[in-house]
Amino acid sequence: MENPKTNELLGRLLGPAAPEVGCDICFEELDRYVDLEAAGQDADAAVPGLRAHFEGCPACREEHESLLALVREDTGAAD
Amino acid sequence: MSPTAATVSGALRASPVATGSSVLDPESQELLRALKSSGRAYDDACARLHALLLRAARFEVARRRRGLTGFEADALATDALLAVLRRIDDFRGLSKFTTWAYKFALYEAAVKVRKHAWRDRELPLETDVLGSLHAGSPGPEEDVEMHERLGQIAEGMNDVLTPHQRRVLVALAVNGVPIDVLAERLSTTRGALYKTLHDARAKLRAHLEETS
Repeated sequence: MENPKTNELLGRLLGPAAPEVGCDICFEELDRYVDLEAAGQDADAAVPGLRAHFEGCPACREEHESLLALVREDTGAAD
Repeated sequence: MSPTAATVSGALRASPVATGSSVLDPESQELLRALKSSGRAYDDACARLHALLLRAARFEVARRRRGLTGFEADALATDALLAVLRRIDDFRGLSKFTTWAYKFALYEAAVKVRKHAWRDRELPLETDVLGSLHAGSPGPEEDVEMHERLGQIAEGMNDVLTPHQRRVLVALAVNGVPIDVLAERLSTTRGALYKTLHDARAKLRAHLEETS
């Protein structure tokens, strides 16, 4: 039986297998990515490498979640 | 322009492919124009932007609920305002101006919250944590294959990583130290630390492929 905690640890140790951007480019592109997501467009196609980076970087992932939630609140589309 | 499917092995992607319209929405145009003006219009625009950034900072602090006060959120919004004004010429018009500005406030708040949570804590940087995780027999809930994989990773950490890569990987991936906290303690940046983490992970994946 697979242990979820072991799986999580392996994920954190090995990181995303897909090509990813670094934290600096993530910050530069985050607003564009979030606006595309909020508009229902294909953000991953427009800004490749960000989704994989969110998998590998908890800090950038948190900031992405917050910006998306804030923008959605602005547009009345909050969860 | 269509996105490429280019892959980058062993290195972080240099820059994503630019797509999308740069036509600004009317609200962004008006605010941006005022922020590049002077006098009363500029002052009013700064006040409006500060209010937006304060909302974003409070939003992040409330979301994380880790002990910062409203007063600190105000200070964070001011820091974010200065960052936005300093970098306003970098705005490319590929998002709403407010979304671009929000990210500065969220970043300031998120970093502050993480540092606040770790302010009195020693950083666990020891590198023998992984060894203890894979030592002995797999536990009742642990898959034998996973257990062996952890063993190979521990071996790879000793054999193929530099001491700095090992220290960074253990702190971030095993002990859960926030990257901004580690960056501050090691007098470096989030971007530089993530590059170290990325390179260490790539080495470990290659080691697993070779030894599997």
